[in-house]
Amino acid sequence: MNTWIERQRGLLDTTVANLRRRKARNLGLFMAYVLLVFLLASVVLFGDGMRREARLLLEVAPELVVQRLTAGRHDLMPAQWLERIAGLRGVAAVEGRLWGYHHDAAVGANLTLQVPKEAAPAAGRVHLGATLARLRGLAPGDVLSLRDHAGQPHAFVVEALLDSRSELVSADLVLLCEADFRAFFGIGAGLYTDAALRVVNPLETRTVAEKVLARLPATRVISREEMRRTYDAVFNWRQGLPLMVLSVLLAAFALLAWDKASGLSAEERREIGILKALGWDSGDVLAMKLWEGALLSVLAFLLGYTLAWLHVYYAGAPLFEPVLKGWSVLYPRFALAPEVDISRIVSLALLTVLPYVAATLVPVWRAATLDPDEVMRE
Amino acid sequence: MIELAGVGKTFNPGRDNEFHAVREVSLSIEAGRVTALRGPSGSGKTTLLGLIGGLTRPSVGRVRLHGRDISALPERFLTALRRDTFGFVFQQFQLIRDLSVLDNVMLPAVPTGRAHADIHARALRLLDEVGLGQRAAARVQWLSGGEAQRAAIARALINDPSVILADEPTAHLDSALSRQILEILAELRRRGRTLVIASHDPLVFEMDLVERVVDLRDGRVLTVHGLSTVPMDKSACRP
Amino acid sequence: MLCIPNSPLAPLAGEGSFESRCRDLHGKVIFQPAALALLLASSLNALGLAAAGLFALRMLRHWNPDVGSEAQIALERRTHLVSTLVVLSLLLSLPMLALFTHTADAMAPFFAGAMCAVGSLKANAWGLPALAVMLAGFFLAAAWLVLHRLDTRGWDQPLLLAKYRLLLLLAPLALAQAALLWLYFGGLKAEVITSCCGSLFGPAATGALAELSALPETIARPLFFLTLALTLAAGTVFLVRGRLGRAFGMLAGLHFLVALAAIVAFIAPHIYEQPHHHCPFCLLQAEHGYAGWLLYPLLFLGTAAGVGAGLAAGVRAASLQAEAPRLAAALARIAVVALAAFGAAVTFYLWRSNLVM
Repeated sequence: MNTWIERQRGLLDTTVANLRRRKARNLGLFMAYVLLVFLLASVVLFGDGMRREARLLLEVAPELVVQRLTAGRHDLMPAQWLERIAGLRGVAAVEGRLWGYHHDAAVGANLTLQVPKEAAPAAGRVHLGATLARLRGLAPGDVLSLRDHAGQPHAFVVEALLDSRSELVSADLVLLCEADFRAFFGIGAGLYTDAALRVVNPLETRTVAEKVLARLPATRVISREEMRRTYDAVFNWRQGLPLMVLSVLLAAFALLAWDKASGLSAEERREIGILKALGWDSGDVLAMKLWEGALLSVLAFLLGYTLAWLHVYYAGAPLFEPVLKGWSVLYPRFALAPEVDISRIVSLALLTVLPYVAATLVPVWRAATLDPDEVMRE
Repeated sequence: MIELAGVGKTFNPGRDNEFHAVREVSLSIEAGRVTALRGPSGSGKTTLLGLIGGLTRPSVGRVRLHGRDISALPERFLTALRRDTFGFVFQQFQLIRDLSVLDNVMLPAVPTGRAHADIHARALRLLDEVGLGQRAAARVQWLSGGEAQRAAIARALINDPSVILADEPTAHLDSALSRQILEILAELRRRGRTLVIASHDPLVFEMDLVERVVDLRDGRVLTVHGLSTVPMDKSACRP
Repeated sequence: MLCIPNSPLAPLAGEGSFESRCRDLHGKVIFQPAALALLLASSLNALGLAAAGLFALRMLRHWNPDVGSEAQIALERRTHLVSTLVVLSLLLSLPMLALFTHTADAMAPFFAGAMCAVGSLKANAWGLPALAVMLAGFFLAAAWLVLHRLDTRGWDQPLLLAKYRLLLLLAPLALAQAALLWLYFGGLKAEVITSCCGSLFGPAATGALAELSALPETIARPLFFLTLALTLAAGTVFLVRGRLGRAFGMLAGLHFLVALAAIVAFIAPHIYEQPHHHCPFCLLQAEHGYAGWLLYPLLFLGTAAGVGAGLAAGVRAASLQAEAPRLAAALARIAVVALAAFGAAVTFYLWRSNLVM
């Protein structure tokens, strides 16, 4: 065991000395390696952050949402329908919701106007999403002016800003009271945007959804599970797309690594020849070369991953926002909660280090099995 | 101690550039003696040295070390055996640039897995013995030709081999430096080591160092004869 | 409260065309970084080991150490590449195993009905076979490396043929593993209603695994501890007296099977403190203190080292007279320590549990 450790230590010492000697030669490859890890890790960390936010959001979502369809389009739901749903066995509670979109020409984006279930602002007052407030330059006490469905301006006093921790969700949100909402959109009493359901037994959600559809065929029922899967799928997809693009980069990097490893300079060839003549066998040279690759990989991975972590969690991921967040004008500026996920690190390590190892293995083996008498044949 | 029986080496067999570097050589190297391989360049001296030292695998024939056939050993064993038995001094010094003299001397001991401190101490002692103690930390490209060759000799001794194989050890040195190197080799001989020197430098044969000369031409052994006052055992030679 | 902002969480808005597009995306589990990583790793692994397998065929036909021909030297050179490939494959198999089970566990919310890794693995026909092949690959690669290590220490390479014959087994296994993973991840559909672990390990289930769960603790518990004790005893005898090496290897293999059965039969229910929850995969979850991440690595390490020790102890080649027992002892030491730690961990979990079965 001691011999083994001493041998590895000697090989490692030689490797470090070699890397130090060929700093300039290795630097280009190392930078490419770091860049690759950085890009891949940024995409993955960012997608994960978004997914986590969405999950948090869904935890408070109702188990089922029922929307009325007219000619296949979302329509307002009469209050009687709510009662018919409430009468179904297995439904614990039904609640009519009021929410809608309003195009705000001043910001050039759609705002979401919503009546909260509880703690609604008083009449003439609103709670505002932080991003929107920033864009319109509003602070509590200021007045938000919007044109209603009839083109008449409505002035709301900003009562409070929404917690910026949930900014991803609340970026474009305007909370107001029911009377203001109905007046603003011209929606009569007894009509709701849709219905939110709580079920008695979460395991029976699917059955309840079927019952709703049976009683009210002109509806669409969306379950929380389904929404969560949709979110996950969308984020997976948005994450997978850049990953696919990056796989081209990955291949290019592998090619570069292969080229570097197989294009041994005359000097390196001579040095390996010397080592072999001096009593290193192919296994020793191979081990040294693998150490070299391992050191390079570990350093590049740590550096690239750390940079990506800082990029995503502290700099706000300026590189990927447009792709991953969607295409909104109302761009939420928020910090994703930092998290270290070991399985993600393992995945990323496999994705980046393996191509390098695969690309360099054969060239390294070729170098290691040079004939030991090569140095003598000059 | 080393016997070659009908040994030949062909490079690139079956191809256009096929080349018979050594043909049907039978030879035995005795322990504790100094043998010189002599011949013009291209006569196969270096290849024969490689075959003797287990650096080159014979295409035909057998090489025995202490009666044991080493031509068919797996690489790992052959290498370990070579490491423990032979120390090589090459024609062009073959030191590794940008490493210190000390690091270069320690290199052959790395795969043995001996304790780092032991190797380190031994390397320093050997450098002292060849007069390079002051230069241990210097990078090898700053050494003069004579110093480089002495460093190479120290490196050849790091694993305490019983046989030193030297390929044209004086080729790139002037007479004074050549003598210095040959003095060191003579000292090794006095300490009981076996030496095999491939050379066509007359200086090597003028000094009272070489005991036996093997003359080579075109990869074949022409003659084997003793040079010094030391009696030769004729039966050991089978040209 | 569910607010529906226009973006970036647009899918919730439920505009028909967008929603249906999202539904199409349900199947694209394959885009997960972990899935991509596993597919890449297993594909490269299969490529490398397939090449090694082809080389093994050539090796078995043409190897002749008595000649110094160029062809022979070329073969010898290539052995370095092959052994490096298997070492890398073994190094790869552990993170892959961990990543695969963890991913299956993490994917469970994707599938209706899935509560843990079992549900994800059973979402199509290829998940459980992929896991089984991965496990087999790990143990086989470990065994190969024991043979390889010994073989390179004998001057006449006495295990060369055995080694390359075993490689002929390892190569198709690697191919199968890659194929199964592609089939599994490629065929995952989130709409699939899968079953939770209760259908595989539980009173309501049928099949061999269900039989295991039904194994009463009064039988399973003594059986497990008896096997463990015998294995540890054989290992200790081997370390002290140098005898019973092969028996130790066989016992370690037997212990592995018994231990897996024991985990399903009574260890898992005690950790969950639920008499009818037998699933060996839920152990990997956070709410059970990640017990699986402690138990399984110890069990796998101990088994691989123990079987390896038995293998090494069984080698009778003259050129390995000193080396084989030395390696066997080193492996046995690892195995005894790991299995003892495994036993201690199991004992601790049983002692801590409030469940009376």
